Amino acid sequence: MRGDKDRERTFLLITIPVVALFICFNTLPLIKGFIYSFTNFKGYGSYEWVGLRNYADLFTDARVAKSYWFTFKYALLGTILTNVISLVIAMGLNSKIKGKSVLRGIYFIPNVLGGLVIGYIFSFIFTYVLPVIGQSLGIGVLSSSMLSNTSTAWIAIVIVGCWQAIAMNTIIYISGLQTVPEDIYEAGAIDGVTGWRKFKDLTFPLIIPFFGINMVLSMKNFLMVFDQIMALTKGGPSQSTESISYLIYNNGMSGGQFGFQSANAFLFFVVIVVISVVQMTVMNKKEEQL
Amino acid sequence: MMSKGNKQTRAVNWPVTILLILGCLTIFFPLYMAVMISMKQPSEMTNDISGALSLPAQWSFANFQEAMRVTDFWHSLGNSLLITVATVVLSVVIHGLAGYAIGRSMQKNKIYNIIYMFIVSGMFVPFAILMMPLVKQTAQMGVANRFGVILLYVVFYMPLNVMLYKGFLTNIPLAIEEAARVDGASTWKIYWTIIFPMMKPMHATVAVLTAMSTWNDVMTPLVIMSGTGKNTLPLAQLNFQTQFGTNYNLAFASYILALIPILLFYVICQKQIINGVVNGAVK
Repeated sequence: MRGDKDRERTFLLITIPVVALFICFNTLPLIKGFIYSFTNFKGYGSYEWVGLRNYADLFTDARVAKSYWFTFKYALLGTILTNVISLVIAMGLNSKIKGKSVLRGIYFIPNVLGGLVIGYIFSFIFTYVLPVIGQSLGIGVLSSSMLSNTSTAWIAIVIVGCWQAIAMNTIIYISGLQTVPEDIYEAGAIDGVTGWRKFKDLTFPLIIPFFGINMVLSMKNFLMVFDQIMALTKGGPSQSTESISYLIYNNGMSGGQFGFQSANAFLFFVVIVVISVVQMTVMNKKEEQL
Repeated sequence: MMSKGNKQTRAVNWPVTILLILGCLTIFFPLYMAVMISMKQPSEMTNDISGALSLPAQWSFANFQEAMRVTDFWHSLGNSLLITVATVVLSVVIHGLAGYAIGRSMQKNKIYNIIYMFIVSGMFVPFAILMMPLVKQTAQMGVANRFGVILLYVVFYMPLNVMLYKGFLTNIPLAIEEAARVDGASTWKIYWTIIFPMMKPMHATVAVLTAMSTWNDVMTPLVIMSGTGKNTLPLAQLNFQTQFGTNYNLAFASYILALIPILLFYVICQKQIINGVVNGAVK
């Protein structure tokens, strides 16, 4: 058929340049990064092959270990807090309330604002506003800036990260809650299912797919944190809030560790893929059981 | 749990309504504070809490004028607009076509399955790993500028957008195209006259998702455009930090200026934005 030929040719003519573009700016740099990870390239000048030494060094480098520790505790606490709070807000926004659409609109605002500027605004709050409140209320932890203390700075970044991430997750939970049919609750009410059990046995199982989406989404976003770090702490104090992305950017781009940080970036890539795959398989299993 | 018992009576749940309204304070507080500080003079910034939160003695827009001058606001805004609009248009055109070509070929031809998986798996690649090689590569190719940033965005958002378009196409029956083919229309013409208009809901989703990620992104322009002396709106906030110094009033005026465009966009297209974000995540 002449039509089939035309169709196949057109599809091919579309696909080839698109794939070429993708390879040029995604696959190729990925491969280049992988190759650089076996060198001691500084980002300029000559370099030598060092085999697997960068990878071996990754596991003994204290600064890298610190950045993984920070990124993971940040992502874990952030993901949990975000999901709990946004689920509560979503249930509130999905119940019989006044001004529903206005409230939903307001709760989504943090999501549209850029992380960097929000970071700067919160930086002021942590540095100048909270300490004053802390001092007048006599709360020791708050009486000095959270950002200048190595044990509290990461919490401050979690707060800012959650403030933004909750908006997104809330909206997704709402769309999940809307898929729960009303008569399920009516049937549950006849059986006397109320309160926590109503949530645990009726609501939650039905929105597990949305829970899955939110877990994967927020975990991935939290793991890649960059803007907030840039605005709030620049990795400080004493490198206690250096995220993996920030470390790669900072030391790889201007710290003369192009080769070493390429290895770090590749390890980070593998970690992200593994976490995403694990999360998705667990979620799929849960869904199948239902 | 929260709306216990009132499903039958259909009464308004006031406790929850009030709690939610109080919750809004956590969202408005930082924004309120930012507006107040931006309207004040440095002399009004006392060390107690009212320095940051009280109403200004005199409402003044002088900080905004100064911030516009210091951060070269209109140029930064122009760059942000240019990059975002170009990325969105190119994404809708290129990713739509790609989603169509790949999606319609996958059943017949195994190679397209592989191509599809290949592109979609790009979603897992963090920018951090591409960043350093891309800085070198864009410099060598002479595109370490706004054009290069646009090109990179088109590639970065390709996995998600192609997946969205391909998913949407499964709802458009082939029979519609068959009819046009019998009439002798070419594939190219069929796409633009029939398929492209039918994918309108997905264009909206793709446009919203792409626009929001592009507008707020810091990292890509930071590493790619750093040599050009040009700024995007978020990048300007970063690059002028040192010039703001301890003049928080000036800094906050600049932050407010950076937030206004996207807030306006949100107020105008709220429905499309929320729908777009939900579609993008749930699909």
